[in-house]
Amino acid sequence: MLRAVALLLLLVSLPAHAALEIEITGAGENQVPISVVPFAGEEQLNLSIAKVVADDLMRTGLFKMIDPSGRLPHEPRDIKYSDWDGVEALVIGSVSKLGDDRVEVRFRLMDAVKRSEMFGHIVSARSDQLRAIAHRIADMVFTRLTGSNGVFSTRIAYVNRNAGNYRLVVADSDGYGEQTILASKEPIMSPAWSPDGTHLAYVSFEQGRAMVFVQSLLTRQRILIAAFPGSNSAPTWSPDGRQLAVVLTRDGSSQIYLVRADGSDLRRITFSGAIDTEPCFSPDGRYILFTSDRGGSAQVYRMPAEGGTATRMTFEGSNNFSPRFSPDGKSFVFSHVSGGVFYIATQDFDSMEMQILTSGGWEKKPSFSPNGKLVLFATEVQGRGILATVSSDGRVKQKMFPQQGDIREPMWSPYLRQ
Amino acid sequence: MKKILWMMLACGALAGCASDKPLEKTAQPEAKPQEQAVVAPAPTTAAAPMDDVDTQAVAKADASKPQEQAAAAPVAVPASVQAEADAKKAAEAEGARRAAAEAAAIAQLQAKQAVAAKADPLNDSNGALGKRSTHFPFDVDRIQEEDKALVQAHGEYLESRPDRKVRIEGNADERGSTEYNLGLGQRRANNTKRALVLSGAEEGQIETMSYGEERPKCTQHEESCWWQNRRADIVYK
Repeated sequence: MLRAVALLLLLVSLPAHAALEIEITGAGENQVPISVVPFAGEEQLNLSIAKVVADDLMRTGLFKMIDPSGRLPHEPRDIKYSDWDGVEALVIGSVSKLGDDRVEVRFRLMDAVKRSEMFGHIVSARSDQLRAIAHRIADMVFTRLTGSNGVFSTRIAYVNRNAGNYRLVVADSDGYGEQTILASKEPIMSPAWSPDGTHLAYVSFEQGRAMVFVQSLLTRQRILIAAFPGSNSAPTWSPDGRQLAVVLTRDGSSQIYLVRADGSDLRRITFSGAIDTEPCFSPDGRYILFTSDRGGSAQVYRMPAEGGTATRMTFEGSNNFSPRFSPDGKSFVFSHVSGGVFYIATQDFDSMEMQILTSGGWEKKPSFSPNGKLVLFATEVQGRGILATVSSDGRVKQKMFPQQGDIREPMWSPYLRQ
Repeated sequence: MKKILWMMLACGALAGCASDKPLEKTAQPEAKPQEQAVVAPAPTTAAAPMDDVDTQAVAKADASKPQEQAAAAPVAVPASVQAEADAKKAAEAEGARRAAAEAAAIAQLQAKQAVAAKADPLNDSNGALGKRSTHFPFDVDRIQEEDKALVQAHGEYLESRPDRKVRIEGNADERGSTEYNLGLGQRRANNTKRALVLSGAEEGQIETMSYGEERPKCTQHEESCWWQNRRADIVYK
């Protein structure tokens, strides 16, 4: 039973090199042993699709990747199940070149225990979209094996700072396909994805101080949505994409305002006189989490999205910063400071219990993957700013090293429309 | 049973494709500020050509007159030639006098400026205005006792020189989120501005901004560095 998925990607090629080198530590509690067998016909391509699929799945820490070591079935009838003892699932398939510069991949996920096919698909795209094909396959396999959506086709945004040159970058979730959205000699901060993944809001100092821009990733056009005296920063989108919360100092200290995505209808919603910043909307749009030092130290607070009484949410350690709701809205992730060390932590809204996910360092700016399974954050290794992820249970950790410069201010995209 | 599902990933539907070729093409112009940014460079580009026009116009007017007269001379009667020659001499003498006067005026102005520059306490790096940064303890934005004299001196100077303008740039160490530190740096800049105004400066002379932790003077993870980064700089324009 084959289902065909044609990726009509009217795109040009992505750079083939990885912008980030990846190192993984830890493992899931019960790693599922699986094997991704090199696809028939891959040798005619400049990329092994099966390897990209295997790497995607391996990085989750949920699977134990078994080397096919010479066993190369491509169709169900080729599989000698007795050869695959201890392997629970197999991904097999074949690649064929179509006319019109297109590539078609037929693949099947086989249950090696029940000795039956779980599902099969045909994915096709232009030949310069091989990585996109592989990420789609990995997403489908992951979803079928775990019951949660894969995030391999999503993207990440971050700032690369290299000797006084700043670049706002968007890359695939595995660090490949890095593209510069904005290059500047002045600082860039706080990229924020629109809920549909088509726009980035960010802070750029290119006009001499912090101002908030919204830029389309499709047309590259952008608008300046906040350029008041002082600092304009910390943009974040409401879940319906119609408005943003931004932080302005035009009335003195940093306060939170709402503004439409075109820059109109500005409304102030905090009136503390303290530093109120880093707003984040709840997935249902009803609440805003933010950082404030109104109580004497920087802590996470929650208030109604249109303003109103704020409730302090964090009480542990010396300071807590940069809150982000989990995709299901039941918890939030933040940067927790204790003894001068920055940790990534989550806290459940019901129990109010905090869980520290990392071993600590200069760990800042966490954001959830759209399936809520991973947290992306910025940290530092040997004086270099790098990206890292940790599974939301804290078990699997991954570090992504840039080829050059320091990485700062990462933000995971939402699911992208397909 | 084959079920065909076409997933239309046309360029408009996927952010992934948005950042591909069409983007790279426009990457250069995009790096330049748009909209408001266009407004900013306008005054400087407009000012330069205007100066050129002025000097050219003066040179032309002076040169053209004698030329016209010389061309007319051969057909003119001797008496008027003499008269014209006298007039020309007078004009030349007048011109020379004017030039000398102008040169003298310029020299005088330059001398005045030189004296003023020497006298401007802002140029004395060892003077009261030599120090231009306020420093702060961790997570504090109040002006510290030891910086009050410094701020007082700059406030009084600005009061005495209403033509001068400053920009105050707030900064923070790295112990906080980048956004919190942007806010903290802004508060340090705002408080430095307030202190300058209390010392005599006008609000309109002072602009504030914050770099937060984005422009550290020193990048080691230690207090000797952090102290340098927790500051507000008074930058004269």
